[in-house]
Amino acid sequence: MSLVQIDNVSRIYQTGEVQVKALQDVTLSIDEASFVTFVGPSGSGKTTMLNLIGCLDKPTKGKVFIGKEQVDTFDRRQRAAFRGSTLGFIFQAFNLFQVLTAYENVEYPLVMIKNESISKRNGKVLKVLESVGMLDQKDKFPDQLSGGQKQRVAVARALVTQPKLVLADEPTANLDKKSAVNVIRLMRAMRDEFKTTFIFSTHDPGVMEEAEVIHTLEDGKLV
Amino acid sequence: MIRIFKIALRNLMRYKRRTLLTSMLITLGLLMVILFSGLAGSFKEMMIGQITDSNLAHMQIHKKGYVSSIDTSPLNLIINQKGYKTLEKVLKENPDVEAYSPRIKLSAMLSNYTETTNVRLNAIDPKTEIKVCPNVSERMKFSGGQIPDILLKPGEIIIPEKLAAGLKIKTGDSVVLVANNKDGSVNGLNFTVAGIIESILGPQGKEGYMHIKDAQSLLRMGKPEIIEIALRIKEFDKLDDVYADLESALAKFKNEKGKAVFEIHTWEKLSPFVNIANMIDLMTISMKLIMIAIVLISILNVMMMSVYERIREIGTMSAIGTAPGKIMGLFLAEGLSLGFISVLTGNIIGIFGIYILNIYKIRYAFGRQENILLSPTISFSELAWVSAIVLVISVFATLQPAYKASRMEPVDALGHV
Repeated sequence: MSLVQIDNVSRIYQTGEVQVKALQDVTLSIDEASFVTFVGPSGSGKTTMLNLIGCLDKPTKGKVFIGKEQVDTFDRRQRAAFRGSTLGFIFQAFNLFQVLTAYENVEYPLVMIKNESISKRNGKVLKVLESVGMLDQKDKFPDQLSGGQKQRVAVARALVTQPKLVLADEPTANLDKKSAVNVIRLMRAMRDEFKTTFIFSTHDPGVMEEAEVIHTLEDGKLV
Repeated sequence: MIRIFKIALRNLMRYKRRTLLTSMLITLGLLMVILFSGLAGSFKEMMIGQITDSNLAHMQIHKKGYVSSIDTSPLNLIINQKGYKTLEKVLKENPDVEAYSPRIKLSAMLSNYTETTNVRLNAIDPKTEIKVCPNVSERMKFSGGQIPDILLKPGEIIIPEKLAAGLKIKTGDSVVLVANNKDGSVNGLNFTVAGIIESILGPQGKEGYMHIKDAQSLLRMGKPEIIEIALRIKEFDKLDDVYADLESALAKFKNEKGKAVFEIHTWEKLSPFVNIANMIDLMTISMKLIMIAIVLISILNVMMMSVYERIREIGTMSAIGTAPGKIMGLFLAEGLSLGFISVLTGNIIGIFGIYILNIYKIRYAFGRQENILLSPTISFSELAWVSAIVLVISVFATLQPAYKASRMEPVDALGHV
């Protein structure tokens, strides 16, 4: 069953008098609980694609559906609420909050977005930290963790709200080869455990091998 | 909410040196305001106490129109015996009035038998005067340096120090007073100089003193008449309320033309020191404005830097679904926490500073009075008010950066380098 439906989407950036066509007439669909990657060279439109699916940006043309919602019609506030309730994000530079411990970073979406009570959220945080193998590091701050460990915490933070879809833009770009493969395998294991759809971008061939569905982008077009 | 403040405090601690410097600057501003308010307020209260307790009293009641022509000491604006009884009844009925004392103000010619000059005199009943002006004797110098049990007896006069110096009069000397009564006839009486009085601010501060019965004889008043009633209230803080009560009570007395018979004034309308007091208040307000500027500029600067340095972090917050209002709340909490830390530190150091000033006892001289002790104090309400200003300004200064943070598009913020 399709979770993400992209219909004839284009995204054009206007920089002064110059038009940059980041995506051109892309149509695709992504199934629930799939493990999908977008690949392609720099500037091919991978990040733009993830931004559109992640409700961080709006298409210049076309429609984006996630589940039954047409998200490209949402206003700022609706997009923020939708991201908080349905999506999870993993970033290339981990983007953990420096002033929060690993536990608090994972807890953040439950406190600040879901407003869950302490008793309810404690179990969820511990469970997801255990799943990513970071339970014993839960009281450490980000600057006390290695790159691979940080990304594991980021994966836990993305999963703790049990989103339907997790988006990861180049999640392994800042990791060594071994850590990169470990993180991708962890994401796949999480997909298996939580039945969450994972969409990520990469240009690392080693990481591509781990994906189940590969979409290749070139000059803003699916090839 | 607790979590928001926890994150805010940790973010402040993330840039320890910057937070410390900003907090120190705000603390210093607050400390200046607390110490200045304490010292200036204490000086003002001390001076007001000196003026009201040694000369003016808290309020004065006259026949309507007297104060506007006070420089000529008019004798036609007298309060007769019936009027005095009426006023006594009003004053006795008011529970906030502690004491009152009748007075006659007059101008006379003072002669030491070789030279003559003008003198303005305050004729008092010493028994009641001491109740409305308990420090009146502190301005006076008596023979032998001792303050007598009864300030002034009939036949005695206390003359202003500059006049005594000019006429080379000393205590124990005999002088003659010659005065016109309200009908224009002249009368003269002999007096013994019982004391010399120093001047104090204002026209009424340069008057000599004589017994009220002597003034009634000198002015050939058939029936005892007076010019003014000086009164003291129980709680000085209630001055405006008591004044309003008495003013409305006196407004009921009207002459045949339907106009008010009496007028009442607080010390503020009678002493030029009120201008100095207003100046002190103005300086205190200026200090507060400087403090507000310090708080506004430093917190605005810190928070703008904080937002600029954390654009990617803001992008992350926004991307994972944090509502714009909560992002704004996080930054507001940070500004408020910075203000709160500074307020707490400023108040503690300020109160300690006032305590130290009280230990080291600041003394100053005022006229004949030396070693007047300045006791700086600051009320809880003043502290609360100043603290509230800092906190409100802290939030106000954070509004713009916080709003900017909340309006950032996550896709732009995440791409910020």
